[in-house]
This record gives sequence, C-alpha cells and structure tokens, in this order.
Amino acid sequence: MEEVKLFRTWSSPYALRIVWALKLKGIVYETIYEDLANKSSLLLEYNPVHKKVPVLLHNGTPICESLVILEYIDETWNTTARFLPEDPLARATARFWAKFNDDRVTTSIFRAYVTQGAEQEEAIGPALENLDIVEKQLIGKNFFSGESFGFLDLVFGWIAKYLGIFEETGGIKLLDEDRFPLILAWKDKFCDIPVIKESWPDQEKLITKFQLMREHFISTAAGSS
Amino acid sequence: MVGSEVILLDFWPSMFGMRVRIALAEKGIEYDYKEQDLPDKSTLLLEMNPVHKKIPVLIHKGKPINESCIIVQYIDETWKDKSPLMPSDPYTRAQARFWADYVDKKVYDALKKSGTLKGEQQEKAKKEFIEILKVLEGQIGEKPYFMGESFGYADIALVTFYCWFYTFETLGNYSIEKECPKLIAWAKRCMQRESVSKTLPDSKKIYEFFMEMRSKLGHDHIQKVEDFSPFRGRGVFLKHGRLVRIRY
Repeated sequence: MEEVKLFRTWSSPYALRIVWALKLKGIVYETIYEDLANKSSLLLEYNPVHKKVPVLLHNGTPICESLVILEYIDETWNTTARFLPEDPLARATARFWAKFNDDRVTTSIFRAYVTQGAEQEEAIGPALENLDIVEKQLIGKNFFSGESFGFLDLVFGWIAKYLGIFEETGGIKLLDEDRFPLILAWKDKFCDIPVIKESWPDQEKLITKFQLMREHFISTAAGSS
Repeated sequence: MVGSEVILLDFWPSMFGMRVRIALAEKGIEYDYKEQDLPDKSTLLLEMNPVHKKIPVLIHKGKPINESCIIVQYIDETWKDKSPLMPSDPYTRAQARFWADYVDKKVYDALKKSGTLKGEQQEKAKKEFIEILKVLEGQIGEKPYFMGESFGYADIALVTFYCWFYTFETLGNYSIEKECPKLIAWAKRCMQRESVSKTLPDSKKIYEFFMEMRSKLGHDHIQKVEDFSPFRGRGVFLKHGRLVRIRY
C-alpha cells in the first residue's frame, strides 16, 4: 500500500505542479497544508535544507524541490503516460526550458510585479524579453511538450493563472494578444484540461494574497533605502 | 577534427565546463574540445546557446545541449552502457538531483563573495560559505561519495569547485580544510579518479589565472568567471569609468 503525502500551501504555484502531476497519474494522496509563517516541525524535518514547500512524502521518505519531485513521480509511477519524453535529447531540452522558467522567467516577472515607478518600468523589459523566448517555444506546437500535454506544461502552467494575478495586482500588462498569441492560445487549451480546471486556488483569495505581498515588498524596499 | 560527432565548447578554468569533461572522461567518450574566447564569443557558441550565450555547450551530432548539469545527465542517458553516473533507483536519483541543484543554487555565489567582498561583509560571506560546505559535508557523512559507494552526478556537480578553493582561501585568508576536513577528504578521494585528476587544472594555475584577470579588469569589476563582458561578445569593459578592451 503506497502512502503519499504532499506538504503544500494553498497558494504556491510550485506545489500546484505536484498537485497536477499526482492527479494526472491517478495517485491517491493526502494534503498537508503549511503556514509558512509558522512552519510545522514535520516540514522542517522533511526539508531541513530549504524549509520550503512542496515536499512529497512517499512511504515516509521526503523528496524536495518541485522539478526533482516531478521527475521522481514520473519515474516511480511509470506505467501511466510519462511526462518526460524517452529520447535523451528531448529530455535535455525539456530540462533546459524548465530551468529557464525557474531561473529567469519567474524571477523577472516577479520583479516587475513587486516594484513600482521607475524600478517597475525597468523590470518590465526583461520580463517581456523572457516571455518572447517562451512564446517561440510554442511555434508549431499544441502544448509546450509538443502535440500533447507533458512535463513542460506542468512547469509553465503557473503562467495560465498567476501571470494574470501578477498583472492585476502589479498594475502591469504583460500578455499582450498581439505579442503573445501562442501563449494565450496555449493558456485556453491548458485551462480546459479537467485536472487543471479543478485545481486552481480561489481567484479572489489569490488576488488578496498577492496584493498584500506586493505591498509588503514595496514597504520593505522603501524602509531599507 | 573534421565531422566530429561530439564537440565541447568550453573555457578551461570553468568549474561548470569541468563537470562535462569529467562525465565524458568517465564514459570514455572521444570529443573535440574547442576552447572559447569568452569576451569575444564565437559565432558557433552564439548559435548553439542563443539564450544564455554561455559555456559549456555539448554539441552531439550537430545538436546542442546546454547547462552543465543537464549535459551531464544527457551524457549519462545517451551513453548508458558504461559507468552509470546516476543511481539506479528513482529515490536515490531524486536525492542526487536535489544535491546537484543545491550546489548550483548556493556554492558559486557564496564562494565568490567569500573572496571578493571586503571587511565585515567578507567575514559574513566566509561564514555563509562554510555553512553551505558543512551542509554538503553532512550529506556525504561517512559515505565515500554523495550517494554511497559509487562516484556520480552529485559528486561531479561539486568536485569541480575544489580547484578553485585555493584561490578563494588565499583571497579570504582562511582554510576550508580546517573548517570542513571531511569535505576535503571527499574531494581528495574524487581526485584519485583519473577522470577528475586529469580534468581539474592545478589550483595554483587557477589562482594565477584569476589574479591576472583581476589585475586586467580591476578588482571591483569582476562579475562572473565565465562571462566577464557586460557587452556580450565585444570584450569591452568599464574600468575606472573608462572603456577598456581585454584579450587573454
């Protein structure tokens, strides 16, 4: 009997990747919600290095870091449709774009969302340039992973909901339909997938939370300058 | 070599490039090594890594693979019949990936700060760097290598920093061996493997390279080891407010 638990917060887009992966593989699991301001002793025990969510607990052993967890799930529950392709070059390419998203795309968009004034204006350029690169990845494809949904869609999936949240709370417009028609088309297809549709956190709660987070970042920055 | 099936675009002191060289050596793969002039990036490099314009780049049958850890996994998955670099079970593989990711996220920046900042900031940076090394040392524990009996992916991710330790110990006036003796013992154990000892340049050579680069650029203007130029591919820097062209 497999025992699978997922430590997550209700709002973390990284944890959401794991929710999608588990549901798509039909894995039965228990959710343990964490309050990051008051981390449980279990979380600190299972992720002593980073003290972050998500953490997957499989038969008592923890796996941390969302991209590592995704590959673990794919390799362990390997009788159902695989997220990553078989071919080593295709796998290396998928891993490259996953790293690009996690290192560059998210950080540049986050920066545009938590700043204001001249600093925000300066941040928008790199965010848009990174999205241009993302847009190119969809040329000739239905999904980031190709004809059908896969690993890279789990990685980029946050864009389908959280980018809009950052735009609204940050007072910025990034996903322009003339500049990013492919991302917008992908977003519709992605959001139509039942597992995705049913898993989004509450929109209003997300807006409130990310509004507060932005205010916190701005006041911290003002306080330290 | 005309029509070489495996080409590596690299820069000899790069600890990231060294990871790929170790992996290729472990597998006994013959390849064409092309040293890159980083301030003046070749058309081939810019074509093969248009997103980051960085080394290392592995070109296999004309197709590029970028990012050192991703390249090492690619090598392991492509030449899978010899010297496996990844553990065989998914859980231990996940652990290896986790620790290589930890090295990538933490070691480079902390190492650099420990040697290049000054005064109180440097003391703080040295402390942070040692803490990171202690975490890694704790993970290795009493095992010969990160994941147990076999040298592999996580070891490759970290060991290439070993030849850079001398440089930053000298700059920061501290001893890593004194703080983390088990880690250094692990590094020396790795150095007993030919793939590692033949790949890592001599520590003093790295130090000379770094000091020469620093004196040409001026202490405050070093940004990264692999890519010194803020004006990509043009080899032009600002030194004391004046434009200076560097070649080495």
